[in-house]
Amino acid sequence: MKKNLFTFIGLFAMVAILFGFDSDSKRKIPAATVKTLDLKTFDTSTISNDGKPIVISFWATWCSPCKKELNAIAEVYEDWQDETGVKVVAISIDDARNMNKVRPYVDGQGWEYDVYLDPNADFKRAMNVNNVPHTFLVDGNGHIVWQHNSYSPGDEEELYELVKKLSEGKDI
Amino acid sequence: MVLKHHIYNYIAGISLSLVCLGAFGQENAPPAPDLGQLHGNFEITAQYYNEDSLIGAPDFPERVGANAFLNLIYVKGNFESGVRFESYEPVLQGYPTNFEGSGVGLRYARYRKDELDITAGHFYEQFGSGLILRTYEERALGVDNAIDGIRVKYKPFRGVYLTGLMGKQRFRFENRVQNGDGRVRGFDAELNINELIPSLAESRTQMTVGGSFVSKFQADRDPLLVLPENVSSYGGRFSLTRGKFSFLGEYAYKINDPSADNNFIFKDGQAVFVSGSYSKKGLGITLAAKTIDNMSFRSDRSETVNNLTINYLPALTRQHTYNLAATLYPYATQPTGEVGYQADLIYKIPKKTYFGGRYGTTVSINYSGVNSLDTTQIPENNVSDSLKTLQGYTTNFFSLGSQTFFKDFNIEVTRKLSKKTKITASYVNFVFNNDVVKLSPNKGTFFTDIAILDVTYKIRPKHTLRVEAQHLWINSVPTKVDSTNLNVLSEGELGETISAERDNGDWAAAIVEYTFSPHWIVSVIDQYNYNNNNKDLRIHYVTGSVVYVNKGTRIMLSYGRQRAGVFCVGGVCRNVPASNGLTLSLTSSF
Repeated sequence: MKKNLFTFIGLFAMVAILFGFDSDSKRKIPAATVKTLDLKTFDTSTISNDGKPIVISFWATWCSPCKKELNAIAEVYEDWQDETGVKVVAISIDDARNMNKVRPYVDGQGWEYDVYLDPNADFKRAMNVNNVPHTFLVDGNGHIVWQHNSYSPGDEEELYELVKKLSEGKDI
Repeated sequence: MVLKHHIYNYIAGISLSLVCLGAFGQENAPPAPDLGQLHGNFEITAQYYNEDSLIGAPDFPERVGANAFLNLIYVKGNFESGVRFESYEPVLQGYPTNFEGSGVGLRYARYRKDELDITAGHFYEQFGSGLILRTYEERALGVDNAIDGIRVKYKPFRGVYLTGLMGKQRFRFENRVQNGDGRVRGFDAELNINELIPSLAESRTQMTVGGSFVSKFQADRDPLLVLPENVSSYGGRFSLTRGKFSFLGEYAYKINDPSADNNFIFKDGQAVFVSGSYSKKGLGITLAAKTIDNMSFRSDRSETVNNLTINYLPALTRQHTYNLAATLYPYATQPTGEVGYQADLIYKIPKKTYFGGRYGTTVSINYSGVNSLDTTQIPENNVSDSLKTLQGYTTNFFSLGSQTFFKDFNIEVTRKLSKKTKITASYVNFVFNNDVVKLSPNKGTFFTDIAILDVTYKIRPKHTLRVEAQHLWINSVPTKVDSTNLNVLSEGELGETISAERDNGDWAAAIVEYTFSPHWIVSVIDQYNYNNNNKDLRIHYVTGSVVYVNKGTRIMLSYGRQRAGVFCVGGVCRNVPASNGLTLSLTSSF
């Protein structure tokens, strides 16, 4: 028991240190295998946007806040793209139960995002997502520079401020 | 040995971490060698329990329960390694009971180069839609059937994806992960026709075909029956998309596999899943059907609930999100046999039209039904042919049985009324055969109507108020039971009819939620069982919670009563007992 306790104290300390370094440790999008909506195999490390920012959002058809977030962005996505060239990549973590409903939902809502299926959570795990919605911001060099868990109406405004900063070449 | 094993895991994890800390330390120094990167996530849920005899929450002498997880993944070039520390000191009430203590719950090393991908240790894998193999983690439910062994993925040729694996499955946790008894071996091949044949690369028609084989081994220690020690299964799948259409079909077969799930019959199993969809901008239609016959597949034939499952058979029904619809009567697949079908439509009525309104209106309609499989029992007293008796039943595989297990019709309309106000109105109708699903101790088939209204009002930028009102009405039909053992009888059999019980009666629920983007969410939920048959149980289940979010970190504090019920994530559910107390939860990704 004692040893376990020490293990955990040590780990908590390490986590604390890691948080301290969090913003400095620039990480690229990890490699994981997902599927396109026509079920082709796709490697996530190849996600790119010609040196412009990328938003990666994890969602599911059964997750209300996730759909609210992506629908809210959809309303302004054209403006965002015109002004900053940002690309939104939506990763559905729906499993076999709902996976076949993802494409009809995406089309039904008229989303213009790049949508991928992650039915066994391989990419979700690689990105250390605990629960959805979870949104990441990737800079022009492919580094993950920001993330946000959960969604409240209005969060997309903060996200867009950060996207604009990135597209102007500023650090966030 | 056990201790040694544990220490190795521990040392591996720590040394990985140290390597990484070294890397951070080098940050401002002159160009240093790439020491890789460490990242991960953390989660803790802790609850302080009050005794609440009214709702059936027992006295919990330890007062506090907590589940915690720390995942660390280290990546350097082609090499990756991961470890997960878990802690259940003690495990939360209602979580599966086979979790105790603290230690390493998962560890693996992975090497990827060009077309090769090798994993040693724990891994999660899915063949096709999972009809014969899916290992996955659903932490909120305590489901984790990771395979501990070796997995090799290889792409010998463009468009050809091969996977082979072997190992034992994660079963329980007692200061370290412990594997189940049986061995799992599997192989999967997937061909992408368009990648394979270059002239089809740009074709409008995209096709993949796949095939898999999975077998399990478990020694036969049964004193009476001669059980198959090796149980093999295989499956094939096909997908096609062309423009707005897509089609998916999958078939699986399993040889006889007597188990606790199927009452030790020696019958083989089969499953078919087909799904088609049509979608264009503003419209999506999905049709799907599924048949399952004796397809429960575990690496230990004596296990039940969510333990040691090899395959994944989610319900072909809508996954509801609103509280009363999602948690009171959720349907779970009957792996011994069922036939299900579902139709789903989403349509966006264009904005600035008569029906669409100024901002457009989204309408979703969904219908699903699950029936029994049409089977004929083989009489048990068939002494002349005991082998036949052990088959249990015969069936016409694709034919719908007469018994309704579940039906769900639901419609949801979402409309933005003004710049500030958005509403969602929803109606849900269930037919829930509790004699089959056995969710509640009451007998009969329940008929429920649920109405939901969800209004979101933007007070000012970043400040939003959301109010939800829900109501559930319930009725049930009488059931005929055998008066001696109270087993439910089917039509035509003689027995005693017991009066209809309306299960727990009607419910009303309300949620008020105030969000202040991007950091704060404050909410209160009240579920009121105002019409329970037992007047003493007409109580309010009120919970208040405050959530603070900062980037990848989320902290939630909540206090109140939680009713006993079914808690589902994804397609899997577990029962949670009633509880009363204070809950703290923290999740963080880094």
